[in-house]
Amino acid sequence: MLIYILKRLLYAIPIALSVTVVSFMLVYLAPGDPLNAIAPADAPADVIEALKSAYGLDKPVPVQYGLWVWRAVHGDLGTSISSGRAVLGEVLGAVSNTFMLAIIASLMGVCMGCVLGALAGYQRGGWIDKAATTLSVIGVSVPHYWLGLVLTIIFSITLGWLPAMGAGPGGSSEWLWDAEHLRYLALPSITLSVIPMGIITRTVRALVADMLEQEFVSALKARGLGRLKIFKHVAKNTAPTVLAVTGLQIGYLMGGSILVETVFAWPGTGFLLNTAIFQRDIPLLQGTILVLCMIFVVLNLLVDIVQPVIDPRMGRG
Amino acid sequence: MSVLKKMPSWMIALPLSFCLHSALQAETIAKYGISMADIPLTTGQPDRGSGAYQFTGHTIYDPLIAWESNVATRPGKLIPGLATSWRVDAADHKKWIFTLRKGVKFHDGSEFKASSVIWNLDKVLSDKSPQFDAKQSAQVRPRIPSIASYRAIDEYTVEITTKNIDALFPYQLPWFLISSPAQWESLGKDWTKVATQPSGTGPFKLDKLVPRERADLVKNANYWDKTRIPKTDRIVLIPIPDAMTRANALLNGQVDIIEAPPPDVLPQLKNAGFKLVTNVTPHVWPYHFSTYPGSPWTDIRVRKAANLAIDRNAIVKLLNGLAVPAKGQLDTSSPWFGKPSFKIGYDLPAAKALMAQAGYSPSKPLKAKIIIAQGGTGQMLSLPMNEFIQQSLAEIGIQLEFEVVELENLYLHWRSGAKADMNAGKDITGINLGYVTSDPFYALTRFVDSRYIAPNGVNWGGYSNPKLDTTLDTLRNNFDIKVQDGLLAEVHQTMVDDALMLWVVHDVNPHALSPKVQEFIQAQHWFQDLTTIRMK
Repeated sequence: MLIYILKRLLYAIPIALSVTVVSFMLVYLAPGDPLNAIAPADAPADVIEALKSAYGLDKPVPVQYGLWVWRAVHGDLGTSISSGRAVLGEVLGAVSNTFMLAIIASLMGVCMGCVLGALAGYQRGGWIDKAATTLSVIGVSVPHYWLGLVLTIIFSITLGWLPAMGAGPGGSSEWLWDAEHLRYLALPSITLSVIPMGIITRTVRALVADMLEQEFVSALKARGLGRLKIFKHVAKNTAPTVLAVTGLQIGYLMGGSILVETVFAWPGTGFLLNTAIFQRDIPLLQGTILVLCMIFVVLNLLVDIVQPVIDPRMGRG
Repeated sequence: MSVLKKMPSWMIALPLSFCLHSALQAETIAKYGISMADIPLTTGQPDRGSGAYQFTGHTIYDPLIAWESNVATRPGKLIPGLATSWRVDAADHKKWIFTLRKGVKFHDGSEFKASSVIWNLDKVLSDKSPQFDAKQSAQVRPRIPSIASYRAIDEYTVEITTKNIDALFPYQLPWFLISSPAQWESLGKDWTKVATQPSGTGPFKLDKLVPRERADLVKNANYWDKTRIPKTDRIVLIPIPDAMTRANALLNGQVDIIEAPPPDVLPQLKNAGFKLVTNVTPHVWPYHFSTYPGSPWTDIRVRKAANLAIDRNAIVKLLNGLAVPAKGQLDTSSPWFGKPSFKIGYDLPAAKALMAQAGYSPSKPLKAKIIIAQGGTGQMLSLPMNEFIQQSLAEIGIQLEFEVVELENLYLHWRSGAKADMNAGKDITGINLGYVTSDPFYALTRFVDSRYIAPNGVNWGGYSNPKLDTTLDTLRNNFDIKVQDGLLAEVHQTMVDDALMLWVVHDVNPHALSPKVQEFIQAQHWFQDLTTIRMK
């Protein structure tokens, strides 16, 4: 097991390095000038040159990359050109806000997805299957931002039950896990949960339906096991795949949704990325992409480690 | 009632007085949904353009010369700020003498003196000074280009020398704001720390800053200008970049005021009892033409025809009324509008006739490429408006092609000028960029002075008119404001008569207010005075 974990950790290193190259270079491919984030649009050439020098943007790109990686390894992702604040602090603040959303949305999405998928798998062709399949198709097809706006119109504006935007009455820095603050989480997390719900419903349905066709299930039935006991076997066999899909979905959610966080003015990673992209704030953009990619890498690593614990056959491979 | 009569009077008076006292003491709060993605810089010189000065500029800080921003019915004017008076040196017209206001204190309690002004000028102009801040410098240096040197004459008098004689120099100073040297010292000479605990002399103090989420400005009861003590105790600025989200937050009661409501939501807002406030605003949405040889816009008949081919009222309708038709670079109410002989309006037959004289028609069209942004600040409804113009110009035989880029990229094309390879190399001969037109430099001189031909400035199209250059020289050497106004009107007249641009509409800087807002004065400027906000 230890060798397996070490192997996975070793695989993660080149992935992480590739992530740094891609996240650094990608932003240079986009047209525009990063100094637009700080200089007025009509800033004369000498002001622009002085700024380039002040922010190290006058150095060759490979040198900038080397310096950036060196600082990143030491925990310094640089300073946001736009705000002048440390990128790491900016990103970690946004990650913690997105994390709250992602956890609640994942819980809703995974729970709903597993229940609907299992019911549909057991009732193939029945009305439950049709309803669950329809819901899952809607979940993966409906545009996030549209759903967010519709929910806002219904629950915030028409009914006045929930806030339309923001991360609490005092902002995210004064977040408390009480009813007043949870109201702010409701609409964005419901909006975000529909995609994982749809994907997991479809995955679980297909897996359960497939498992029920397997010979070992027939054997279990022949031995006289009850439906609940058979379900436990089916669940155990579907769990590794569901876990892998869930890991990916949580990874996506941790990346934040630019559209959903913008619609709800939720100060998470999506909102941060949106700001950084439109302001050409290269250090902030690079830092955010790097941290998000690393979260994705770590989540996949965790899934890789947990999967063989649930299904020892995977570890042997 | 009989029970009340039997009660001792103190039992009624005490709770009543307590309630009254609480009501009198209750903090009044205005929540303001702003269209920016983050709170602008709070250290002294706000970033995010001229629209940001109303939020973290002229609230926390003061300039030496201020802009009158608390009147809605007429254009504002320069008024004393931290300088009570200013004059040009009779012997040397490059020297300006400023007499400073006495008894003004920064929010940290330190005193404002001539040394504070010099320290702040060094902060943005001298990269050798310890307090130099590249970010603040980048914001304000382009706005105070005339300053050559400066010195303190005594504790309350400052002398600023300009590079050349520049009678319009005072117009540059509302952009230059004074922050506290003592606060910077006490916070370890760290501008990042100053951002969360800034100290100016302005009518508001910053109480709380949560990046990208909110900034709380609280009333400075000891503000030196007693006529501008804020009418609301606390103004909470909440960045909500998405227009629909801003409108939802207003409808839901989470904010009391929003900037730039989306045009589609206006009927709903009005029906729900919200108030829409607009005013003349120094902004224009134009096509700025290249006049370099080879450009299709070198022919004045074509430029004039384009100006006559647009039904601007239809565009205003498209924007649900959130614009006014342009008749030039400036609104007709501006003292610098003048009396142009070329009357801009919708006259299709005249436009077609001009095109025919130039040798073009819908069957034999003139082709031109314009670079436009997909959207962004000042660009209004960029794509629909550009498509409207494309169709309108097609009717008179001008076939437009668009190069669509992001706004940040458009700025790069703008700064580089029409002659630069990134424009001329792609046959781009026009640029669509919303212009701020708040003062003589921003409205007029930067676009017509041949010395500002890009990349030396933003005379994008390379317009050169020796007669206008002479007028501008006369203007810079004349210190009589009435004469200045006359000369500026002359400049504007020439711009319009030369049809330097295709002027389409002026923005009206719309705000939507909840019924809880009792007073909100919207000045005819991008600078607004938030001290005028009064809540019920």
